[in-house]
Amino acid sequence: MGEAIVVTSGKGGVGKSTTTANIGTALALMGKKVCLVDTDIGLRNLDVIMGLENRIIYDIVDVIEGKCRLKQALVNDKRFETLSLLPASQTRDKSAITKEGMIEIVKELKKDFDYIIIDCPAGIEQGFQSAIAGADKAIIVTTPEKTSVRDADRIIGLLEQEEHIERPLLIINRIRNHMMKSGDMLDVDQILQILSIDLLGIVIDSDDVIKASNEGTPVVVNPNNKAAIAYRNIARRILGESVPLQSLEEEKGMLKKVKRFFGLRT
Amino acid sequence: MQNKKQLVTIKGTKEGFVFELDDKHLLTDVIEELEQKLSEDDFAEKNGQHVSVVVKLGFRYIDEEEKETLKRLIERTNRFRIERFDSEVMAKKDVKMLLERTSIKLENKIVRSGQVLDVIGDLLLIGDVNPGGEVRATGNVFILGRLNGVAHAGKNGDEDAVIVASYMNPSQLRIGKYFSRAPDYESEGVYMECGYYDKEKEQILIDRLQVLPYVRNELRNIERRILYG
Repeated sequence: MGEAIVVTSGKGGVGKSTTTANIGTALALMGKKVCLVDTDIGLRNLDVIMGLENRIIYDIVDVIEGKCRLKQALVNDKRFETLSLLPASQTRDKSAITKEGMIEIVKELKKDFDYIIIDCPAGIEQGFQSAIAGADKAIIVTTPEKTSVRDADRIIGLLEQEEHIERPLLIINRIRNHMMKSGDMLDVDQILQILSIDLLGIVIDSDDVIKASNEGTPVVVNPNNKAAIAYRNIARRILGESVPLQSLEEEKGMLKKVKRFFGLRT
Repeated sequence: MQNKKQLVTIKGTKEGFVFELDDKHLLTDVIEELEQKLSEDDFAEKNGQHVSVVVKLGFRYIDEEEKETLKRLIERTNRFRIERFDSEVMAKKDVKMLLERTSIKLENKIVRSGQVLDVIGDLLLIGDVNPGGEVRATGNVFILGRLNGVAHAGKNGDEDAVIVASYMNPSQLRIGKYFSRAPDYESEGVYMECGYYDKEKEQILIDRLQVLPYVRNELRNIERRILYG
């Protein structure tokens, strides 16, 4: 039986789809069977980031409406055999999928895959509600900005009311080291203090991420990029390994503080 | 009638009359006797001030309808005004309500953005109130944690209610019908402080916890909370 993880944020543009693509690819890289599910109906992006746009024949709405079988809608990744994508529909809107349909699909996928990573649309409306319906775990993505932290807080509050989802984990995305140091950005400690949930990982802002998304190749396959290493570390933590947080260059003091969250007091 | 114990005893005090109604006999019998007594000459309508009356019911519970009957009967002659009913017993639901209004509600959670925690009575929150979150209570608000959102104490109009927090950096404080907001510039919060309404300055003040005993010496004032519950 697999595990369904929803990637959500509340606010748009913080990197949910990028995170979904990279974590999924990283897990596949480690030999796990992974299925990515795009639930952002009408504004699908995940297929573009994965570079699978022109291979889509059926989509999730077709599955829910019974126009095809689930297996027919799955798109195999071009790099990793164990990775699949269930794409969203571009021609419909959020009302086309229902909670019940989502739960059914996730249940079906769990039989064949180790991990089902669900890319959630922005907002707290129907699209969000159906995206989280089938999930067992949740990953909250936030950037070190007040607006995005505020929205993440709201989302955590909503997720806490869902009994089928475990305590959400946090990824802080697009960290700019120099701005955190100068105090122009919220730092990791401040964010954790407000949200008071466990940290799953921090990802440094990198131009390569944008470049990779445009090329349709998740950055995580790049062996040396810092963001790619961060995503691979996150995947290892999902698998249960305890991996120390990446150092933000010389910032040893902060690293030590962050390490405490994983019980890695050194 | 002569042999029977009196069902209604009327006593005069400094403040007015006390009507003691027997609690062992049927209320209809008691009312009958009361009616008789009131029609006696002594209590006939006279010019002058109303005399206030306290009705002592003993161990009898009467509902609103019966209260209204008694009130109409006694105030019929325009001579008496009922000040209050005294009863040794209360209905369970009234007691429950009273307890609810005067008790401290313990909550252990984080009040996140968009969430509202609303209680009757005093609120003791173990956890933070995040920006965008709100806590409300008819009584006082005590927060063992960080207050970064909105807190409203005495939401039914109790201006004596206070707000206490381990870390105070609220976006708004509201007490009774008054409110105050944080300054427009970014400010650091303060530790172990309380907010209360100052009647002379007509504004909500935030001060160290140590001043609380001087400005509110009766925090657990039950009557106050019954009034505003």
